[in-house]
Amino acid sequence: MVSEEDIKKLKKISLKLRKHIIRMTGLAKSGHPGGSLSAADIVTVLFFKVMRYRPEEPKWNDRDFFILSKGHATPLLYAALAEAGFFPKEELPHFRNLSSHLQGHPDRLMTPGVEMSTGSLGQGLSVANGVAFSRKLDKKSSRVYVLMGDGELQEGQVWEAAMTSAHYKIDNLTGIVDFNGLQIDGPVSRVKGVEPVAEKWRAFGWLVKEIDGHEFRQIIEAFNWAENNKGKPSMIVAHTLKGKGVSFMEGKVKFHGVPPTEEEMEKALKELEKKEKELEDERI
Amino acid sequence: MKEFEYKNLRNAYGEILVELGKKYSDMVVLDADLASSTKTARFAEKFPDRFFNMGVSEQDLMSTAAGLAIGGKRPIASTFAIFATGRAWEQIRQSIAYAKTNVKIVATHGGITVGEDGATHQMLEDFAIMRVLPNMKVICPADYYEVKEVVKKAFEAEGPAYIRLSRAKFPVIFDESHKFEIGKAQILREGKELTAVGVGITVHALLLAAEELWKQGISIEVINSPSIKPLDGKTIEKSARKTGKVFTAEEHSVLGGLGSTISEYLSQNYPVKMKIYGIQDTFGRSGKAMELLSFYGLDYKGIKEAILKFLKDS
Repeated sequence: MVSEEDIKKLKKISLKLRKHIIRMTGLAKSGHPGGSLSAADIVTVLFFKVMRYRPEEPKWNDRDFFILSKGHATPLLYAALAEAGFFPKEELPHFRNLSSHLQGHPDRLMTPGVEMSTGSLGQGLSVANGVAFSRKLDKKSSRVYVLMGDGELQEGQVWEAAMTSAHYKIDNLTGIVDFNGLQIDGPVSRVKGVEPVAEKWRAFGWLVKEIDGHEFRQIIEAFNWAENNKGKPSMIVAHTLKGKGVSFMEGKVKFHGVPPTEEEMEKALKELEKKEKELEDERI
Repeated sequence: MKEFEYKNLRNAYGEILVELGKKYSDMVVLDADLASSTKTARFAEKFPDRFFNMGVSEQDLMSTAAGLAIGGKRPIASTFAIFATGRAWEQIRQSIAYAKTNVKIVATHGGITVGEDGATHQMLEDFAIMRVLPNMKVICPADYYEVKEVVKKAFEAEGPAYIRLSRAKFPVIFDESHKFEIGKAQILREGKELTAVGVGITVHALLLAAEELWKQGISIEVINSPSIKPLDGKTIEKSARKTGKVFTAEEHSVLGGLGSTISEYLSQNYPVKMKIYGIQDTFGRSGKAMELLSFYGLDYKGIKEAILKFLKDS
């Protein structure tokens, strides 16, 4: 059972991650805040409730693997890794600077805890399949998690990999689609529609669960569901809101790849701090 | 003309895969619906649990191999050269070269000797597009015995590597005792007037051409340079210092392959007159492998003529 206390703890972390995302992209004056904010609650649950890992031993052989296929969501990944203890939080403000190991897109050789170098879309699910094969060969019980974007589903390789997962009955892998509905050039439905998303995955041989990607109980339950599925790969289609958590960024295409201005950064941080305070005052 | 023994490079590949598979339990092999052609099927028969057929999905093939490497396995990914390097180049760039995953790509059906299937299947640009990738080694063996050595040494070395094999049977140059080292070229015949560097099937042709030229009183040095990257620039430079002229021959576009690599090295270390010989800036066409070699001037006769012309012009 998940207690109210647990949920509150996760909510607190997700607000922390959102503040990091705003600060990192605001200070770097570049980066992708929108799709980082939309997946923040999912990644919070993964890193602080679901996955087994050892920050002091990033290559621990029994760890669960997280592959960020939508590699542009680095602000979110780095915030989670820093909060989890893989590297000091003080490094986050240097995101995208020449002196920093925090590259614009994930680099597995430079940043502790980053499992795979990504950025060019569509490759993460294939990589995750490969890792899942390796776990099965070694008879490890650990799981592989891969987070994709909805725009990313336009990449043909995603569907090559989808067939691989189903054909090889890869059930030690959980896929998540961060379905926020927006991509750089506009609404996904207008650029090149990907719907029906859930039906597509089902037709490709996957078990699919659709959830509200900002409802912590639903997210936790979905990961439990996936872990209990046998003989088929599992996909969580998480309906999310781009820019979630910062009112003036929510649902705005612009904030896919445009950082907040200094003024917007201050405004966003104030709003998130206010939410933190409200959460603190909330009675369980 | 004496008869030569011809041996299938792909058989050597299939045999060494099984040998390595017995020795290394962390070795895995992937293919993309061409296992019977590439001969990875030999490995699949012996080690079905460690073989993954990815179907006709080369991009998925490369990234999945990278994932297996992330999970601690030592993958070899195989398909035809055009699909391995062309279709999946960016997957190789990001998931293998940039990520520095321990993946070996062994592609068969490189070059014009693919034959009847024609231009869409004749990969003439693979050395060029693979060697520009940081962290990537590029190797192409010259005969059956060298295939075994190259695959073994590349597999045992850490990090990404691309190995190009061919569909055609190649004349045998070496024997069981042949040794190959990554980054090393080998002088196969000493000579004074010209340095001729070959890779793959042109090595044997160069040896034949050298023999014929010797009969005409011309002495040329023949070097086998299977390792295009890293290149054994030192050995080639040493020879160039002696002969003052370098001729390169490859079953690849004259743009960006072995000749380009050597010219990049020599122009910055010991500039000499060079001739880069290979397939001109053009696509191939259908025909029998050996007919095509002769059509494009890559048999020993064509190569001999090209050397004579180079010697005359320079």
